[in-house]
Amino acid sequence: MREIDRRSKYDRRVFLKGAAVTAPAVAIATSTGLGISDAWADEAGTLTPATMKTLLKMARDIYPHDFLGDSYYITAVKPWDDKAAKDPAIKSLINEGVTRLDQAANDRHKMPYAQIAWENDRVALLQQIEQSAFFQKIRGDLIASLYNNKEVWPRFGYEGSSAEHGGYIKRGFADIDWLPKA
Amino acid sequence: MAKFDLNDSGVVVIVGSGAGGGTLGNELAQKGIKVVILEAGPRIENQDFINDEWDSFGQLAWSDMRTTSGSWRVHKDFPNIPAWIVKAVGGSTVHWAGASLRFDEHEFKIKSAYGNIPGANLLDWPITLAEMEPYYAKAENKMGVTRTNGIPGLPGNNNFKVLEAGAKKLGYKEVHTGRMAINSEPRDGRGSCQQIGFCFQGCKSGAKWSTLYTEIPKGEATGNLEVRPGSMVIKIEHDQSGKVTGVVYADESGAMQRQKARVVAVAGNSIESPRLLLNSASSMFPDGLANSSGQVGRNYLRHMTGSVYATFEKSVHMYRGTTMAGIIRDEAKNDPKRGFVGGYEMETLSLGLPFMAAFLNPGAWGRSFTSAMEGYPRMAGMWLVGEDLPQETNRVTLDPTIKDKFGMPVASVHFDDHPNDVAMRDHAYKQGAAVYEAVGATVTYPTPPYPSTHNMGTNRMSEKPRDGVVNKFGQSHDIKNLFVSDGSQFTSGAACNPTLTIVSLAIRQADTIAGAMQRKEI
Repeated sequence: MREIDRRSKYDRRVFLKGAAVTAPAVAIATSTGLGISDAWADEAGTLTPATMKTLLKMARDIYPHDFLGDSYYITAVKPWDDKAAKDPAIKSLINEGVTRLDQAANDRHKMPYAQIAWENDRVALLQQIEQSAFFQKIRGDLIASLYNNKEVWPRFGYEGSSAEHGGYIKRGFADIDWLPKA
Repeated sequence: MAKFDLNDSGVVVIVGSGAGGGTLGNELAQKGIKVVILEAGPRIENQDFINDEWDSFGQLAWSDMRTTSGSWRVHKDFPNIPAWIVKAVGGSTVHWAGASLRFDEHEFKIKSAYGNIPGANLLDWPITLAEMEPYYAKAENKMGVTRTNGIPGLPGNNNFKVLEAGAKKLGYKEVHTGRMAINSEPRDGRGSCQQIGFCFQGCKSGAKWSTLYTEIPKGEATGNLEVRPGSMVIKIEHDQSGKVTGVVYADESGAMQRQKARVVAVAGNSIESPRLLLNSASSMFPDGLANSSGQVGRNYLRHMTGSVYATFEKSVHMYRGTTMAGIIRDEAKNDPKRGFVGGYEMETLSLGLPFMAAFLNPGAWGRSFTSAMEGYPRMAGMWLVGEDLPQETNRVTLDPTIKDKFGMPVASVHFDDHPNDVAMRDHAYKQGAAVYEAVGATVTYPTPPYPSTHNMGTNRMSEKPRDGVVNKFGQSHDIKNLFVSDGSQFTSGAACNPTLTIVSLAIRQADTIAGAMQRKEI
């Protein structure tokens, strides 16, 4: 069977050329093994860096994929800063939601949400706000902002658009080789 | 290409260009009848289709405001997207998977076959299978359905091979790559399937039959058919005698136009068609056109649907190739011993990663969800599609408060499963899981219904005017020059995919309309 190269295109390009090309800084940082600085959060203009980092942690806890570096989740949550700048209702929804989440975290664990060490403890706090508009907004948006990012598709073994490659007629549409004889 | 005057009262106006409207338009044009098709959506040719689920949804889907109610999960998960259908020339034949199956004999007479079932509004069709057979044959030939007319079946992809192996282990007998309106070899000026996948996103190669690049250009070539894209019909008008005289529509620029007509045929799919009839209410017809029975909008059918996805130890890559790549038909029979009447088909289906995230278990999050997503390349999938029972309370109505940009009330769709639908779905989930477990699935996922692509029943056919909206030719009982030409005329939904029956009825209806026009009856 033809298996999928799970490295993303950015990873491969950076790896092969050793150059920045057009990849976003976060992608380069991940693929080169450099730690991601907090710079991405500091760039936020409307939401605070702490809020951005809480959203990142939430995103990881809502849809945890351990084979995905933070860069993909940052790409997914970063647009909230812009949306908050354009829409005061979103700004207050997020700020109030994060404040309440941190309050619940402080009540139970004496520290803000993003600093709680175990995922299970954080997930328990998210379950308490699962029905809230804040949680639903963040979760619902992630379905597209995380899974509709073409850079994550190879990580999940999904090949995306195929017509320009002539479809799969010569690329393994029927190459399964492990089934019992029908 | 034909261009008809707005005041030409000799034309047949067809509202919608999909399986019903597009086919009817071509059939009439071939007979020398002047036709104007008013299509709400744009004309997007197949080279412009997009192999990307969300981008394609944005390009093709009917996303105008609609509201929902009822206990169906679509109402909770997708409250303003009750249906996954298309707003573009070609209608939902752009999106459909291509499965082209005939009804069984009993599926035209379910009241006789199933008896009285509490809560259900069963009715026999005023047509029999025997009457439909010649039209089914014409439709299969027109559409190039595999396994008919000597056309070979499509090759099975990985997703089909998993289904087939599991089905055979389970002892199912009728398992094959389907009767599909997808070319397995070049035919009718179109090439053969390139196993691109993305059948739902519009077939870029044109191997799949769609009115967009078959019926419509053929009709246009006669000089008798004019298609006006971007034309949203908002009202059908009538004269003092009660005959329809034309339609009012918003053209591409949003300006209101009035197209006169000798005949109006409504083919806007089962949500918009009843909406249009209801929105056309007048002092003479205060409950809407063709609605003396009160059945317009009622008996909304969406099929008992659901999916089973299964994850295996090794790769499947289900998304490669034809989306609906094969079928198990053994459960399609009516065998009440299973605990429900009617039957269901099991058909392979695949979603890309983005739609898998959206549809696998809407609203779910956390590690059980992400673990399922991480199994994506090792997944196989099937769609379960079976007969749901007509219920009067499952209904398209006009939303009491929300209006579209032209000031017309939007459609509101109410749906509750009948207990028979639930029993059938439970059975289908169990059998679907068993198919995959038989060949080593490590986990199976009973996936809830997506927004409906099979929308039927809201302008049902009936022998007696008091029981339904149209007669056996799709002609409204109340107004003889008003026809319904889409799946909304279905009296009941059968187990199988509806398109072949819609096309067959449209071919038949063209004969009826042409004959009645010739005899000056309309």
